[in-house]
Amino acid sequence: MTTATAVQETETTYVDAISQALDEEMSRDERVFLMGEDIGAYGGAFKVTQGFLKKYGEWRVLDTPISESGFVGAAIGAAMMGLRPVVEMQFADFISCAFDQITEVAAKNHYRWGAAVPLVIRAPFGGGVHGGPFHSECPEGWFFHSPGLKIVAPSTPYDAKGLLKAAIRDPNPVLYFEHKFLYRRIKAVLPQEEYIVPIGKAEVKRPGKDISLITYGAMVHLALEAAEVLHQEGIDLEVVDLRTLIPLDKDTIYASVRKTSKAIVLHEDNKTGGIGAEISALLTEDCFDCLDGPILRIAPPDTPVPFSTPLEEFFLPKVSDIIAGARKLAAY
Amino acid sequence: MDQAVVAQDIKRSDLLKMYSYLRLTRSVEDRITALYRQGRIVGGVYTSHGMEAIAVGYASALNPDDVIAPFHRDMGAFLIRGFSPGEVIAQYLGKQTGPTRGKDGNVHMGDLKRGVIGFVSHLADNMPVAAGAALAFKIRGEARVAFAGTGDGGTSRGDFHEAMNFAAVRKLPVVFFCTNNQYAYSTPVRYQMAITDVVERAKAYGMPGEIVDGNDVAAVYLASRRAISKARAGEGPTFLEFKTMRMHGHSEHDAATYVPRELLEEWKIKDPILRAERLLMHLGYGDESYFHEVGERAKKEVEAGTEFAEQSPLPEGRETLVGVFATEDEVQP
Repeated sequence: MTTATAVQETETTYVDAISQALDEEMSRDERVFLMGEDIGAYGGAFKVTQGFLKKYGEWRVLDTPISESGFVGAAIGAAMMGLRPVVEMQFADFISCAFDQITEVAAKNHYRWGAAVPLVIRAPFGGGVHGGPFHSECPEGWFFHSPGLKIVAPSTPYDAKGLLKAAIRDPNPVLYFEHKFLYRRIKAVLPQEEYIVPIGKAEVKRPGKDISLITYGAMVHLALEAAEVLHQEGIDLEVVDLRTLIPLDKDTIYASVRKTSKAIVLHEDNKTGGIGAEISALLTEDCFDCLDGPILRIAPPDTPVPFSTPLEEFFLPKVSDIIAGARKLAAY
Repeated sequence: MDQAVVAQDIKRSDLLKMYSYLRLTRSVEDRITALYRQGRIVGGVYTSHGMEAIAVGYASALNPDDVIAPFHRDMGAFLIRGFSPGEVIAQYLGKQTGPTRGKDGNVHMGDLKRGVIGFVSHLADNMPVAAGAALAFKIRGEARVAFAGTGDGGTSRGDFHEAMNFAAVRKLPVVFFCTNNQYAYSTPVRYQMAITDVVERAKAYGMPGEIVDGNDVAAVYLASRRAISKARAGEGPTFLEFKTMRMHGHSEHDAATYVPRELLEEWKIKDPILRAERLLMHLGYGDESYFHEVGERAKKEVEAGTEFAEQSPLPEGRETLVGVFATEDEVQP
């Protein structure tokens, strides 16, 4: 590729990558349809479905009542009848209203009586946007503990598009956590040709030899920033982006930790009983012989996500937290 | 039910078939209850004893490609959809030959191929799910209907209301019902809601509703058929309140001492099988010897089913690990 053509290529934001995935899948497969609050004429709270109503009509872009349990239940029913619903939670926080339908109905139907539920729930999650306790949550931990669900959380426009397409084609319920802090903050040139990012595959975002930093979502960018700083100090961080939380790519995690012998797990969901705790336990069980230090968890305190700027800044993990953690671990 | 109306509106063969399913339902559940008392069934046993007319009536009014999300006292719907007594008893015994292969118990069975959505204990959870099945029919322009219900207790849950609202807004081809058997476990209707008739709830959603004598199989059948035809014609959902009485405890472990004996006596004479027999006799469709013959046939079927279930293998412990996720070939076309 010459420099001249590369310059002409437009960059796609994270949020537009999501729209592209939906548009491509809806064009490709007429079974795919959308449900959610204000996704029709308004185009969604974050404009992910802008223009979709006109293009696909009101029976493929359904505005719903404010009724998360009801419309997730309806999506489950439609999925069992052979359609491919993609539900939008206006904010991931509201997914708690649909918790029962997701964990008791969608997650258990196949196991109990063999009914496949090919359903995607998109959930804009995460803080850093001054959303306060009800518009900033990272609720993935609740579902991480619930067998029968797949969970993905992309960190780049490339993965956002490829993972959503994979989720729509998956025969199981998939929770798709899209980080709203990244929506318009990161861009990338995406391939012209169609591609899929397979569910269940982590990616080493930056190779390194000293410490494995395992993370996902917006925290990936924080980790990469910290890795740059640490590199100057002679600490070589390997950044592993999980991309999929369930099923967890243990092979990639273990390969990284066997190489570095040290691990930090970083996430934006609060600390206790979280995904970091699970990964830490897995590493202790399966990679204990190769560990040269304690497994560190960097995560917010066990509080709701606070609103006011200094409070939210205090709450969220920072580059300095990662640097401090890495220095501590490097000393072992 | 007015006999002249029944004679005119229901085919003799359909009515006789419904009667045979009433008897089969009673026989299957009597056997399950007996097995429970013998300690051969572990877990809960929730029967439709004295309420058999509801599931038999509505399931008889549906087309084979319509979809049912049954209440947990709707054994007749399973039998009409082709779940054999053997499969059903195997399910209760936790056998590999039951519809869930031991993954779940009692009436928690389903099979999309037979158009039955598996029951979820969280009451009313399947009402939005049924609305979604109806949404799929509407999106694809299919003349199919979903039929789903819960008990009087279940109508206090949010999912009941969210389903009613969504279905009404989108005029979905779904029929919702409530089996009002007057008790939610031990709690009488008066402590569940400040209304006497559950059908009042439908008004809030702009949905037509009807109170139906739930112990009269002909009445259940005709009311269901009307609502189903409306839904199929694109005229939107209907709510049916089937009035009945739970004649056993919540589960068979429950002696239901909280239910006044006089109330049970009052409802005993309204037994749906006796009611159906009186109707058939008045119409000249059947007599005592016919009823006896149908009952014997049901007993034999249940006998064979019990033998099949008892001889069936239990699942292997390690089958626990199978089936958490689906594969692409299992998705409905």
